[in-house]
Amino acid sequence: MVAPASLRVVRCGGSTLHGARAVFSADSKYLLCASGDFVKLYSVGTEETLRLMGGHANLVTGIQLNPHNHMQLYSSSLDGTIKLWDFMDGIPIKTYTVGSKLLALYTLPSWEDSVFVITPKSGEGDTYQLVSVKLPKGAGQDLEAKEVSVILNGVDVSPKCIAFGREGEYVASVKEVHLQVYFFKQKHLNRISLSAKKTKGGNNHFTCVSCHPKEDCIASGHADGKIRLWRNFHHKKEYTFSTLHWHHDAVMDLAFSVEGTNLLSGGVESVLVLWHNESDCQKDFLPRLGSPIEYISMASDGSLCCTLHRDNRITIINSNLRFSKSIQGLIKSADIKTGLVVDPRTKALVLNGEPGHLQFYCLQSDQQLFSLDIVQQQYIHQAGLIQTDLVQVAFGAQGKWLATVEEREETTNLELQLKLWFYDEETQSFKLNTRINMPHEAHITAMCFRDMEELEEDSLILVTAGRDCVFKVWMMVEDTDPEAQQSVSWSCDFVGSYHNYQATNCCFSEDGSLLAVSFEETVTVWDSLTWDLKCTFCQPPGKIRNICFGRLTCSKYLIGTTDCGFLCCWNLLSCALEWSAHLNTFILQPDPLSEYIAAVSWLSKESSLFVFKPSEPQPVYIQRNLCREKIQLAAFVPRDEPEPVSSEKYLWLRRSQLFFLTDAQELMTLSMKSLEERLTPSSKQLAVEESLPVTPFSLLLGKHRQQQSQEDSGLGKLIVHKHKQESPAVKELLHTPAHVLPSASFLCPIFINSLLISKENKSAEEVAEEVEMASEKSETESDEERDGTEMDQEDTSPVEFLGEMTCKLSKSQEKELRRIRKMDYSWVAAF
Amino acid sequence: MTTYKPVVVQTFPRLGEKITQDTVYWRGYKTPVQIKEFGAVNKIDFSTVPPYNYAVTASSRIHIYGRYSQEPIKTFSRFKDAAYCATYRDDGNLLVAGGEEGSIRLFDISGRAPLRQFDGHTKPVHVVGFLSDKYRIFSGGDDYSSNLWDIPSATEIISYSEHTDYVRCGCASKVNADVFITGSYDHTVKLFDARTKSSVMTIDHGQPVESVLLFPSGGLLVSAGGRYVKVWDVLKGGQLLVSLKNHHKTVTCLCLNSSGQRLLSGSLDRHVKIYSTTSYKVVHSFNYATSILSLALSPEDETLVVGMTNGVLNVKHRKPEERKEKPLKRQPAYRTYVKGRTYMPKQEDFCVSKPVKRVLRKYDKLLKSFQSSKALDAVLEPPIRLYTPEVTVAVMQELHRRGTLRSALAGRDEKQINLLLTFVARRVIEPRFTPILVTVADMITDIYQPVVGQSAIVDRQFLRLQEAIGKEIDYQEELLEVLGMMDALFATFTKKGSTYLEENKSNGLKETIETN
Repeated sequence: MVAPASLRVVRCGGSTLHGARAVFSADSKYLLCASGDFVKLYSVGTEETLRLMGGHANLVTGIQLNPHNHMQLYSSSLDGTIKLWDFMDGIPIKTYTVGSKLLALYTLPSWEDSVFVITPKSGEGDTYQLVSVKLPKGAGQDLEAKEVSVILNGVDVSPKCIAFGREGEYVASVKEVHLQVYFFKQKHLNRISLSAKKTKGGNNHFTCVSCHPKEDCIASGHADGKIRLWRNFHHKKEYTFSTLHWHHDAVMDLAFSVEGTNLLSGGVESVLVLWHNESDCQKDFLPRLGSPIEYISMASDGSLCCTLHRDNRITIINSNLRFSKSIQGLIKSADIKTGLVVDPRTKALVLNGEPGHLQFYCLQSDQQLFSLDIVQQQYIHQAGLIQTDLVQVAFGAQGKWLATVEEREETTNLELQLKLWFYDEETQSFKLNTRINMPHEAHITAMCFRDMEELEEDSLILVTAGRDCVFKVWMMVEDTDPEAQQSVSWSCDFVGSYHNYQATNCCFSEDGSLLAVSFEETVTVWDSLTWDLKCTFCQPPGKIRNICFGRLTCSKYLIGTTDCGFLCCWNLLSCALEWSAHLNTFILQPDPLSEYIAAVSWLSKESSLFVFKPSEPQPVYIQRNLCREKIQLAAFVPRDEPEPVSSEKYLWLRRSQLFFLTDAQELMTLSMKSLEERLTPSSKQLAVEESLPVTPFSLLLGKHRQQQSQEDSGLGKLIVHKHKQESPAVKELLHTPAHVLPSASFLCPIFINSLLISKENKSAEEVAEEVEMASEKSETESDEERDGTEMDQEDTSPVEFLGEMTCKLSKSQEKELRRIRKMDYSWVAAF
Repeated sequence: MTTYKPVVVQTFPRLGEKITQDTVYWRGYKTPVQIKEFGAVNKIDFSTVPPYNYAVTASSRIHIYGRYSQEPIKTFSRFKDAAYCATYRDDGNLLVAGGEEGSIRLFDISGRAPLRQFDGHTKPVHVVGFLSDKYRIFSGGDDYSSNLWDIPSATEIISYSEHTDYVRCGCASKVNADVFITGSYDHTVKLFDARTKSSVMTIDHGQPVESVLLFPSGGLLVSAGGRYVKVWDVLKGGQLLVSLKNHHKTVTCLCLNSSGQRLLSGSLDRHVKIYSTTSYKVVHSFNYATSILSLALSPEDETLVVGMTNGVLNVKHRKPEERKEKPLKRQPAYRTYVKGRTYMPKQEDFCVSKPVKRVLRKYDKLLKSFQSSKALDAVLEPPIRLYTPEVTVAVMQELHRRGTLRSALAGRDEKQINLLLTFVARRVIEPRFTPILVTVADMITDIYQPVVGQSAIVDRQFLRLQEAIGKEIDYQEELLEVLGMMDALFATFTKKGSTYLEENKSNGLKETIETN
């Protein structure tokens, strides 16, 4: 960081989740997912994001639990490193540098200290190999993993194309029409090939492979939708296979259940198919999962499975094939045509979601608030179909009205629908009020509401601009018939045009008195009362790309950008050009709460941000090279309360926050907070199941046993471990239910003292006094509490400050300390 | 995960007349009975007591008709010249009528000869009526005077000569026995109180007043004259409440319905308009063959009688209310519904929630399982195809969206092609179906091109389709011509610099706005 208060570009949502198969933690309570450069830890119960583990410099390509320690996680990345994480605490334990790009990661319990990765073959560009990497045992954090041995050559890039068989005896790899099986013990490679043939539905190339966990059986998915079950593949010639066929498009992923009795498959149809006993006739379906299934993963106890979808959604499914939960952040859609719109009511970001839906994305919680079905048609997941698309959206009257435009373009005719939705307070959702078929004869290019706070609701006006060379004004019509069900509907009030040019943009001034409509090269300004043309502005070379009015003190200015790379500012009072700048602006976004306007340009492969006031041609703020991808859209989101701004330079960020969406549909924002502040993780302590039950029965039994053992040894244990008590002390404190604990202000000094392992004599006395007081007070509290205070009293004997502590701490202590350090932030912040 | 979304069937608003409760109510009359009278029917009055006979004054006769009789029950024909304004008394026993010769006659319903005759007007008496105390009669004559008569003594109580033109209409207050109003051709309506010597209030209507009416509450007054119907607030000293101009010829008669919620006006323009008395908007209108002179509604709106200038009496009876046959299926007992509903699950109970079963239409079920051809068959069944063609078209569109329309249309036999083509040829000209049905027609001709000529039936259907489309093209061409002419006209009217308005032009035609 250059200066303490410099702006940083922060990623805040929308990273692709389908880099690798998701992994359930051993107790099926948490779900781990590769998300862009991060690994995310979700809670299965609450759908929350609990941890965001960052550290990789490039996309994460594979995550696997450490087979020897279920609290640890390996992750591989394109930056050529494998990291070992303690995912419960979000701490990186070790980093192994391999060197070359890593494209997938596999682990096997039978291989003590090796992992398998797919790497590009050195020298050759597009051939890949499966290698095993021996992870060195060393003391340091960063280690070099040099011991690499090649297992299979010429494998596919996709992590789905390699699977390890029963107890790690063999590995199966598929590429195009070839299946390779390598037996580790016999060191024997078997190659089986299909004859390549093109059928109507596609070809019979392999797409994915999965191995039976108990038997020698390999399941492979094909591009034509078939699933083949291979047996007897030890022999070169006498292998057999059976075929299951339901999918009409490529099988995207396969997964066997834990016992291997069932097989799950998914594909573009977004239907999860459950095949019973590997037979073609017994199958169950879970249809309409929303978007194509990319990965299927099973929990180790078989109670849950999850599917990762192409639109960055995670669906968690029960073992009886019932939909259980859905974890959805920013849903990725094929093309965001609506732009970024802010819902005035919820302050959520509104954009295209699932096909035909509008998603309301909550920026604070990185979750989808809800998805509004606009098109209301059954979506058919099939390639080559022309689907209805949502192209425009606008909010009016503080979120009371919503206007949407959907279109479906066929070769000959265009289907357009303008829908107006009214927010129903009772049901807390939008209700369709008016549907208008073919509002324009060609594409609608822009739409805006005239929104005035002080005026009554019936002054609400909607303007649509279309390529059919007109703009139309829609007004609310009140139905006078008292018996009618609905009191208002919308109808066309005025149609305006200008020299038969296509209308490209429209925008109302802040007070709603003027409407600016751009017609190709010209901007026309209309009086919104009489619909008279007031004046026109034209800046010859190039068509108008964006227009917007200035706000507040700058409301006399009209800003426009042209596709020849000019930014012009016109004065509406003098009807003359005030200033212009040479800037190839793609996005022009005014802040609704201040007079600042943000312009994002795209020049020589880098996006730059310029923030300016229309009254001055000099920008207030410039940031070059905002991010590595092209910025597609941007929006100002009003803050709940103005943020204190240290520097004059960042005054424009006081009232609103700027968010922008890149081509890869990652949502970014500009933040003034320093890195540490932003990355402070939530102080949630994850409860860890130390002893791992395997079956539901042992789960039941285990809980019972644990309780018993706790009751037996609860008090004694604490006293016995006199020197290592700080970790159980903290644990005890944290694991006690909140309602039994005394107030936080009372606990805090005890807690902090417990962290100080050694102390001076003087302070020890003080603390003892305090603790005595505390124990008096807490006598009425629960037994557990008393245990805690007793332990604290004993705790005070060794005297030394944390800072003066010798650096020779045991591993567990270090870990504990790190955790504690994180903990006490939140405690302090409470006072 | 979402559930299956059924096919959206777009419902379009009916263009033109909207169906409201009023239209349903006022359409609930049978086809009218026409009775020929001897001359123009100037007054129809219903008796207020059952069986609600009505007196029709036409030419020199007064006919009493029963509810369903086509022939008069009784006739009063003791007039030498034209009779006017035969009116029942509230108890339905007496009938009073004015005449061309200036005398007013009072008849007993059961007798023939007049009980009383009131002489005093020097000119024809066009309006007579009972005051609500039943013992007095008011009248208005062409001698510009409005008189009040005592029935027992047959003498004139008072005579007001305040109007300056013919008095042609009048009405007595139902609330106050002393109050009556008269309307005159001198454009005024005057309110008289029998206790005072002069008129209490004068209201200027602006046109010769043809008919006046007091609301049952006595607070509002309706006057009709010229093309206007005006409503006045009497209690506010004759303030104009609303002025209605819905007829394009003189309004001749007014009438309230039995509930007082609707006001009816008949006019020389052959229309009867029905207004709501809350919003004063026209809620319905009737069309008649000739100019209307008088109109009356029986109590309970049972019968609507309209008299015309050509002497035809048009009688409409209300259709008997259709008794809905209640299905005799035995409903399950109440306790089967509440069975188990009140049970509160205990903590250790494991609740199995039963999913709500959604009922899908047959075509939706088939579409859900991707059976395109069968889904198309399902919507080509007679009831759907004939009565709800929008469903058929919606399913066709859905199939087209799914890309399976061609395969659904293919492989059909002669009978089915015949059916399809009949449907397409009939519906392709409807603007709401045109886009998709053109595609369907295209596909059918594509698919079945090789078999043309093998079946006479199919060939005939193809020819019909061609004919229908040809007709439509001609029609559209004509429309475009008209549009061009109108454009030229508009252009001459509104020359407004560089901008020009093109409201309600070609783009107005294609828009179908629908409110859900």
